[in-house]
Amino acid sequence: MSFLSIRNLSVRLKKGPPLLRRVSLDVAAGEVRGLVGESGAGKSMIGKAVLGILPPSIEVTEGEILLDGVDLLRLPLAERRKRIGAMAALIPQDPLTALNPSHRIGPQITDRLVDILGWTRPKADARARELLAEVQIPDPDRVLRSYPHELSGGMRQRILIASAFAAEPRLIVADEPTTALDVTVQKQILKLIAGMQARHGTALLFVTHDLGVVSKVCQKLSVLYAGMVVEDTSVTDFFAAPRHAYSAALLAATPKYTDPLAGLQPVPDAVIAAVQAEVAAFDKGVAHG
Amino acid sequence: MQVLRLLFTRLATTAITLAGVAVIVFFVIRVVPGNPIAMMLPPGATEDDIARLSALYGLDKPLLTQFGIWVAGVIQGDFGTSITTRQPVLDLVLGRLPATLELSIMALIMAMILGGAAALTGTRFRGGRTEGAIDVANGMALSVPDFLWGLVLILLFGVLMPVFHISGRVTPSLELPFTTNFYLFESLIRLRFDLWADIVAHMFMPALALAIPLAAIIGQLLKQSLKETVNLDYVTLARTKGYGETRVILREALRNAALPTLTLVGVQFTFLIGGTVIIERLFSYEGLGNMAIDAVINRDLPLIQGIVILFAVIFTGVNLIVDLLYTVLNPRLRHG
Repeated sequence: MSFLSIRNLSVRLKKGPPLLRRVSLDVAAGEVRGLVGESGAGKSMIGKAVLGILPPSIEVTEGEILLDGVDLLRLPLAERRKRIGAMAALIPQDPLTALNPSHRIGPQITDRLVDILGWTRPKADARARELLAEVQIPDPDRVLRSYPHELSGGMRQRILIASAFAAEPRLIVADEPTTALDVTVQKQILKLIAGMQARHGTALLFVTHDLGVVSKVCQKLSVLYAGMVVEDTSVTDFFAAPRHAYSAALLAATPKYTDPLAGLQPVPDAVIAAVQAEVAAFDKGVAHG
Repeated sequence: MQVLRLLFTRLATTAITLAGVAVIVFFVIRVVPGNPIAMMLPPGATEDDIARLSALYGLDKPLLTQFGIWVAGVIQGDFGTSITTRQPVLDLVLGRLPATLELSIMALIMAMILGGAAALTGTRFRGGRTEGAIDVANGMALSVPDFLWGLVLILLFGVLMPVFHISGRVTPSLELPFTTNFYLFESLIRLRFDLWADIVAHMFMPALALAIPLAAIIGQLLKQSLKETVNLDYVTLARTKGYGETRVILREALRNAALPTLTLVGVQFTFLIGGTVIIERLFSYEGLGNMAIDAVINRDLPLIQGIVILFAVIFTGVNLIVDLLYTVLNPRLRHG
C-alpha cells in the first residue's frame, strides 16, 4: 500500500476549465517521485492539493487523496490540516517569501513541534540546532536568533528544508525547490535534499521542470500535459525509452551540457497536436459520462 | 541608535512646527472680527472704558509688540492669564488636559478593539455573508460623523435605555480623593472601583461616539491588508504545519498586516482628538475641547492660544509615538 495515493483527482477553476484531469499516482513510503511537465501543466497543483493549500478559487470536482489510507478530501478542514501537519511537509519554491519577515528563524522551525506535536520548548530548540547542523549551516545559534532578511537566499532555503524535516514527516512535497536559486547554489541544495531524504527515509514528491534533476533524485516519474498524466514510469525506464511521444520530445528538448545549443529542440508541433487531441478526447469522454 | 536619531530629528522639526502654529494662531484670532473687550463690557460702555480695559490687557499695543511679549512669556513657561477667569492659562489647560487625554485614549482603545475584531472576523470568514455584513456595517459607521453617533447614543442609552450618564465626567455628589486630574487612571490605581465605574459610565458614550468612525477605518484597512497577507507564501506554509485558519491569521498574518494600519491610525487619532471639541460639548464633558469652545465664544485670546499650542504638541507627540512603534514592530527597519 502506497503512503500517498492519488486516485482520479480532477480540479478546476470555479466554473472554469479543468486544471487536473483524473490524475492518479502513488508514492510508496521512502520513495521519490518526480512530477514533470511544462509551466501550467498542473504539477504544482498536485502538490498543493495533497497539502490542502489549493487557492480558494480552485475546487476539487472528483477523486481521492489517500494519505496513509485516509482520504484527505473527506476530512473536515481542521482535521485535514492536523493530519497533513503531522505526516507531511512542504519545501517551498521561493525561500525569499516563504519565511515570515517579522518572526525570528528559531520559532519558525520549532513552532509546529511545540504547538502541534506538544514538545517542550528546550527539546524543540535542541532539535532545531541539530537540524541546522544537518543542513550545514554554520553557527546555528546565531541563525536561530536572526530574522529572515538578515540571511541569504541559499541559507533560507536550507532553513526551510530543515524546517520541513523537523517533525520527521513521512512525506515531503518539494515544489521546484531550486528554481528561485542561483545556479551555483542549486546543485548544493539538490544534493542536500537528496541526502536528507535518504537519511530520514522520507517519501518525496518532487515537482520540477528539470529532467536533469529527476535523473539525479527520483526513482519514479509522472509526466503531465494539460493536467493529464501522459506517462507514469520508473526513471530508469523513462531515460532508456520513454513510451509516450510527448515524453520523448520532452526528453529530446533537454539541453545537453556537452553541446548546449545543439540540444535546444522545441517539442515538435505534431507531438503537441497529438497530445492536445488526447486531452480533447478525454474531455469529450468525460462530457459524455 | 535608530530610535535616538529619530527622536532627535523629530524634536528639531517639532520646534519649527510649534513656532509656525504660534504665529498663525496669534495673528488669525486677532484679525477675525470680535474682541474680548466687547464681550466683557455691557452694551453702552464709553470709548474711555474700552480704552482703559484694552490698556489693562495690553491690547492697545501694536500687534508685533503683543506677539513679542507673548512669545517671551511662553519661552519662560508663562502662557499668560485667561481674560475670562483671570487664572494662569497654563494651569487651566493642564488641569483639563487629563480629561481629554483619557477620553481620547479610551476612544482609541475602543476603536482598535472594534475595528480589529471586525477585520479579523471578516478575514476569517472571507468571501462569505459574514464578510458582506461587516462591510455594510463598516460603511454605515464611516458615513455618519462622530457627533451624530453621539446623538444616536444619547437617544439609545441615555433616553430609551438609560444605562450610561449623558453629561459630565463624574457624578458631582461623589467625593473624589484624587491628587491628579487623571480620574479614570487614578481611581484604578487607588482601587476605588466604585468611582471607576461611575467615571466609565460617564465616559462610555462620548468615547464610543468618537471611536465608531475610527473603528470603521481600522476595520476596513486592516481587513484589506490581512486579506492580501493571508495569500502570501509564508502564511500558506503555516497552513501545511497543522494550524487552524484562525491561528494562522493571528500568528502569521496579523503582525505584518498591522503595519500599514498603524500609520493610518496615527493620523486618524489626531482627527479623533480634534473631534473631542464637539463631542465634549455635546456631553458637557469637562475637557480641553469644551474649554476651547468657551474660550472662542468669550474671545479669551491667551486661553485660545494656549489650547491650540497644547493641541499642536499632542498631535506631533502622537505622530512621533507612531513612528517609534513602527520601528519596533518592523524588524527590517531596526538595523537601518
